[in-house]
Amino acid sequence: MTSFLSTNAELVITAVKIALLLFIVLTVNAYLTWFERKVVAHIQSRWGPHRVGPHGLLQPLADGLKFLFKEDPTPAGADKFVYYLAPLLALALALTSIALIPFGPQPIRLFNHDIYLGIVSPDVNIGILALFAITAMGVYGVALAGWSSNSKYPLLGGLRSSAQMISYELALTMSVVGVLLMAGSFNLKQIIEAQAHHPERGIFGWNVWPQILGFFCFFVAAVAETNRVPFDLPEAESELVAGFHTEYASFKFAMFFIAEYTSMITVSCLCSILFFGGWLSPFPASWTFTHYLPSVILIPFGLWVILDGFRYETMFGRIILPGVGTAIAGLGAVFVLLPNVNEFIQAPFWLLSKIFVFLFVYVWMRGTLPRFRYDQLMAFGWKLLLPLSIVNVIVTSFVILVRMTWGAK
Amino acid sequence: MGREMTAPLVVFFVLAALAVIGAVSLILQKHPIHSALSLIVVMVALAGLYLLLGAEFVAAVQIIVYGGAIMVLFVFVIMLLNAGVEEHTNLSKMAGAPGLLLVVALAGFVAATIAKSAESVHAAPQTGELASTLEISNMIFKDFVYPFELTSFLILVAVLGATVLAQREKS
Amino acid sequence: MVPTNYYVILSAILFGLGVFAFIFKRNIITIFMSIELMLNAVNLAFVAFSQPLGKVDGQVFVLFVIVVAAAEAAVGLGIIILIARNRQTLNVERVDLLKL
Repeated sequence: MTSFLSTNAELVITAVKIALLLFIVLTVNAYLTWFERKVVAHIQSRWGPHRVGPHGLLQPLADGLKFLFKEDPTPAGADKFVYYLAPLLALALALTSIALIPFGPQPIRLFNHDIYLGIVSPDVNIGILALFAITAMGVYGVALAGWSSNSKYPLLGGLRSSAQMISYELALTMSVVGVLLMAGSFNLKQIIEAQAHHPERGIFGWNVWPQILGFFCFFVAAVAETNRVPFDLPEAESELVAGFHTEYASFKFAMFFIAEYTSMITVSCLCSILFFGGWLSPFPASWTFTHYLPSVILIPFGLWVILDGFRYETMFGRIILPGVGTAIAGLGAVFVLLPNVNEFIQAPFWLLSKIFVFLFVYVWMRGTLPRFRYDQLMAFGWKLLLPLSIVNVIVTSFVILVRMTWGAK
Repeated sequence: MGREMTAPLVVFFVLAALAVIGAVSLILQKHPIHSALSLIVVMVALAGLYLLLGAEFVAAVQIIVYGGAIMVLFVFVIMLLNAGVEEHTNLSKMAGAPGLLLVVALAGFVAATIAKSAESVHAAPQTGELASTLEISNMIFKDFVYPFELTSFLILVAVLGATVLAQREKS
Repeated sequence: MVPTNYYVILSAILFGLGVFAFIFKRNIITIFMSIELMLNAVNLAFVAFSQPLGKVDGQVFVLFVIVVAAAEAAVGLGIIILIARNRQTLNVERVDLLKL
C-alpha cells in the first residue's frame, strides 16, 4: 500500500487535491447564493433568508435538498442525448477552469513532495490562454440546451445568449493583451511577479493603473460572458417569456446554476490576478507589521459572531453561532502565534480577499443596475468594447516600444 | 509492441482512440448535430495530442478557434436551418461498400509508406521539450509577416462575403 | 516517448475517415464537416513532424491552416444557407440541376 502511494505520489496528491477543491468550490457556490440573497435583500431594504438556521445560513442546504427531491421531467420530442449533455458540459467546463487557477506561489512541503495551492503548479506556460480556451467552449452548454428542449422560446433564448457570449469573448481576449504585453508571458505566476517589480509601490504597482481601460473592458466583457446583470437577458427572458433553461427542472437546472456561479468565481479570480496583483499585498513590502492583518480581521470578527450568538433568538442559533465564532477567532489566534504559518497564508489571504471583493461587486451590480435590451447589448459589445480594447492594445504597445527605444539610448 | 507502456504512450493511445471513435461517429450518426458533437470530440482529442507533442500554443489556438468558433458556427447553422435526420437513398448505399474499400486502401497505402519510410523519421527522437510561444511569434512576425498580413485581409474578405451572402433579399 | 510514426499513421487514418464521410454522407453540412476533419488530420501531421526537428515551422503553418479554415467555414456556411433557402433541401442529391 505504501509502495503504491510512494510510486504514484503525484497522482494520489492530485486526486486528493481535486476532491478537496471540488468540495470547497461547491460549498463556496452554495454560500455565494446565500450571500447574494442577503446582500440584494439588504439593498432592497428587506431581510433576506433569516429563518432557516441562524441568519439564514442553512438556506443553501434547504435549497439543495429541494433540488434533489423535485420532479425531473423531460420534454416530449427532445433530443435526449443532447438534453442530458448540455448541463453536464456547462458544469464540467466551469469547474475545469477553477483547476487552472493558482492560489499561492509557495508549495507546502509534505512527505518530500511539493504540494502547490491549486491543482496545477502556478507555472503553466499558457495559463491565461488555457483559461480562455475553456471559456470559449462554454458557449456549447447554452446553445445545445436551448436547441435540445424542442421548444421555440428556449431555442431563441439559447441562440441569443450564445450570440452574446461569442460577441463579448472577442473583447474579453483583446482587453487582456495589454497585460500580456506588460508581463511578457501567458504564465499567471509571471504576470503577478511582473506587478511586483517595485515592491515598495505596493498597490500602485498593480496592473490596473496603467491598464485602466483594459480593466474596464475586461470586467464588462466578463460580466457579459457569465450572463449576469446587466447582461442577463437569457435569465431575464425567463421572467418575461422563457430562457434557455426553461425546460430544465430540478437537478439539471441546479447544474446550470452552479456553472454560472462557478464562472463568476473564475472571473473574479482572473480580475484579481491580471489587474489587481493576485496574491500581492497592497501595502509596501517594508511594512511587515501588516502581516498581522489576517489575525487583526479574524479575531474581532470571531468575537463579534460569538457575542451575536449569545443574544440570538433561537436556541439553535445560540449554540451554533458561538461555535462558528470560536472557530474563526481560534484561526486568527493560530496565525498570530505561529509566524511560519502566518508568512505562508499571506499570499492566499490577499488573493481570497480580492476575490471576495469582486464577488461583492458582482452581487452589488445585480441589486442596483437595470438590464440591457438585446440590440443595445450587441451594439455595446461590437461598437464600443471591441474598438476600446483594440485601442488599448495599440496604445500599450506604442508606450512599451517608446520605453524600449528610450531605455536603449 | 517491443516498447514498454510508458505514461505518454498510454495517453497517446487513449487520445488517438478518442479521435478515431469521434471520426467514426461522425460517419455513423444520422442527425447532423450529433455529427457536429463528434467532430468537437475529435478536435479536443487532437488538442490533447498537440499538448502531448509539446505544442501548447497550437493546442490552445485549436480549442479557441476550431472548437470555440468554427464549430459554434456549424452548430448555429444546423440549428437555424433546422436540419433534420438525413435520408439515405439507394445510390448512397451502393456507393458505400466500394467507397469503404477504396478509403481503406488509401489510408493503408499512406500508413504503410510512412511506416516503411526513411530512417530519418524513425531515428529522429522526440525531444520532449515544449515549443515556446516566443519562437512561434518570432517566426510569424519576422519570417512570415507578409502571409500574416494577407490572412488578416483574407478574414476581412470572408467576413464581408459571409455577411453579403446571408443577407435577406430586399423584396 | 511516442514515435513520430504513430502520429502520422493516426493522421492518415483520420484523413481516410474524412474522405469516406465526404463520399458517403448526403447532408451538405456533414460533408462540410468532413472537410474540416481532413484539415485537422493534416494539421496533426504537421505538428508531429515539427517536434523531432526542433523547429516550429510546422506549428506556424498549422496556425495559418486554422485561420484559412475559419475563413473558408464562414463563407461556405453562408453559401449553404443560401442553398437551403433557395432549394429548401440540404440533401446534395436533390441539388443536381442548375435550374431552380
